[in-house]
Amino acid sequence: MNTLLIPLLVAIPLGGAFFIPLVSRKVRVLADILGNLATLSILICAILLFRVREVYSIGGWSAAVGITWVLDGFSNLMLVIICLISFVATLFSSQYMERYTAKYKYYSLFLLMVAGMNGVAMTGDLFNLFVFLEVASAASYALVAFGGEHEELEAAFKYLVLASIGSTLVLFGIAFIYGATGYLNMAAVSQAIRSAPRTPILTLAVVFFTVGFGIKAALVPFHPWLPDAHPSAPAPISAMLSGVLIKALGIYALTRVMFNVIGITPVYGAVLITVGALSMVIGVFLAVGQWDFKRLLAYHSISQMGYVVLGIGLGGYILASGGRESAALLAILGGIFHLANHSVFKSLLFLASGSIEYGTGTRQLKEMGGLLETMPLTRATCTIASLSIAGVPPFNGFWSKLIIVIAAFQGGFPWLAAITILVSFVTLLSFIKVLRYAFLGHLPEVLKSVRESPAMMAIAMVVLAVFCSGMGLLLVPGAREMILDPAVGALANGVEYAQSVLALR
Amino acid sequence: MVYALCFALFVIGLYCALTKKNIVKIVIGLTIMEYAVNLFLILLGYRKDGVAPIVDKATGPLEFLARSVDPLPQALVVTSIVIGLGVTTLAIALCVRLYEKYGTFDISEIRRLKG
Repeated sequence: MNTLLIPLLVAIPLGGAFFIPLVSRKVRVLADILGNLATLSILICAILLFRVREVYSIGGWSAAVGITWVLDGFSNLMLVIICLISFVATLFSSQYMERYTAKYKYYSLFLLMVAGMNGVAMTGDLFNLFVFLEVASAASYALVAFGGEHEELEAAFKYLVLASIGSTLVLFGIAFIYGATGYLNMAAVSQAIRSAPRTPILTLAVVFFTVGFGIKAALVPFHPWLPDAHPSAPAPISAMLSGVLIKALGIYALTRVMFNVIGITPVYGAVLITVGALSMVIGVFLAVGQWDFKRLLAYHSISQMGYVVLGIGLGGYILASGGRESAALLAILGGIFHLANHSVFKSLLFLASGSIEYGTGTRQLKEMGGLLETMPLTRATCTIASLSIAGVPPFNGFWSKLIIVIAAFQGGFPWLAAITILVSFVTLLSFIKVLRYAFLGHLPEVLKSVRESPAMMAIAMVVLAVFCSGMGLLLVPGAREMILDPAVGALANGVEYAQSVLALR
Repeated sequence: MVYALCFALFVIGLYCALTKKNIVKIVIGLTIMEYAVNLFLILLGYRKDGVAPIVDKATGPLEFLARSVDPLPQALVVTSIVIGLGVTTLAIALCVRLYEKYGTFDISEIRRLKG
């Protein structure tokens, strides 16, 4: 019965994207209801499928000629994260998006993006990966431009150019892989690569994949589009872009291809560590000086993505160079756990910024102040999220950063641990600034009439705040084995992925 | 050799997309890049004197394998062209809207975002 649910994860959002504009032109409230219903139903599907390990062949064509979708620990975790954040974002949008016209177009694009991301998380075929990557990206270009004003259009165009170059590079890499091995199925490619010696063509493909997915993930040399694009989108879309899009299209796709298909080498692990450390440091120092709330958050996304890449890259390096396996697993666990945590607290921060913007009409921290009394709920949730991202116990960000630091020490990289802790302090500093300027101080005259956000927006923020406070519990023995360890195992298995996929078939 | 030319075409597209000031020319650069990759995919499946990969009753599967070009890259290229069309349309639509707002196609005059 469960296998019937797998195609629904893509079919429901795709169908929703098609039907919502058809039916809700006349009855506007239908767009809200259908949009929320669609994301809720895929969230339920993703949770039901969480324990399922399955290979699904589309249309009944076997893997040799058809396209397969593979569910393993990492995919399942990604699917739950994507569906959870989408559901919360649609909940928030139903009232936030009232200011914009053409809500049905918004939901249509939103669901298209979700369909693309779910597809990326599930696919077991390289070309299919590219197709879903483009579906999600194209929808996100349009969503960044959704406001239709000067800044939005400019940011969207910049994003479109850079991200299209990224997609083209990915396609080029896929073409190289196909030329070198003659397969597109990930498991088959991985076996073909293992049985043949490594060729220069493969190295070229690795470079293209790294740059292509690196642009999508906004890792540091390729980051300039992110601080423009993420703040320009409407708040729930910023939450989706920062919360899950850069992870699903960038980090997830990169690690899946590198760890499970091509196989990680010490050199590549070192590259990931360098890129991760650079992103962490540069992102956070660019963020400190920002006064636009959403722009500040966007720079922090770059920095926090650095943590994820650092953790996963460190694990890959230790595994490939034959170091202590326990340290490697711990590092990958830290990376993946931080990925999950970041999607929750960064979405919450963007929703809180949306809520402030909804109330006050500004994003400039210097124009705010004293919102403590007028928006108590936004203040509470925003504080929780700020403490999480800064790594203050007991919130979730602390635990994942702690794991990365411990793993860096165990793996013999004390200086990486030092950088991690330093960046964490600068992050804390910058969020103290946010809390100080937005919520403390005296209330400006113009903001006297500000009210707390409406109910649906508040519910969305509270849900995420609860997750922020409670996700540390995932490390408790029992929960960890069930939820996080399968994801770590899927990556740490490396090219054994092929065997496990073939065994499921 | 042909592959090298393909790569040269790709680099021309990349150069165009990264250095041109006119936003429409940037979009053209993107398109050139896409088509370089499409051409590369088609060339991967090409074989000298190959026939179109259509199976009919007269040719058996073995003869088909021996004579026809690889059909898979062609299927990929069709998909990739359709995706490219969608993205290019969106890009041009953005260009039109940008022109309405800023009154110019020059990327160096379209810069309100900084920091």
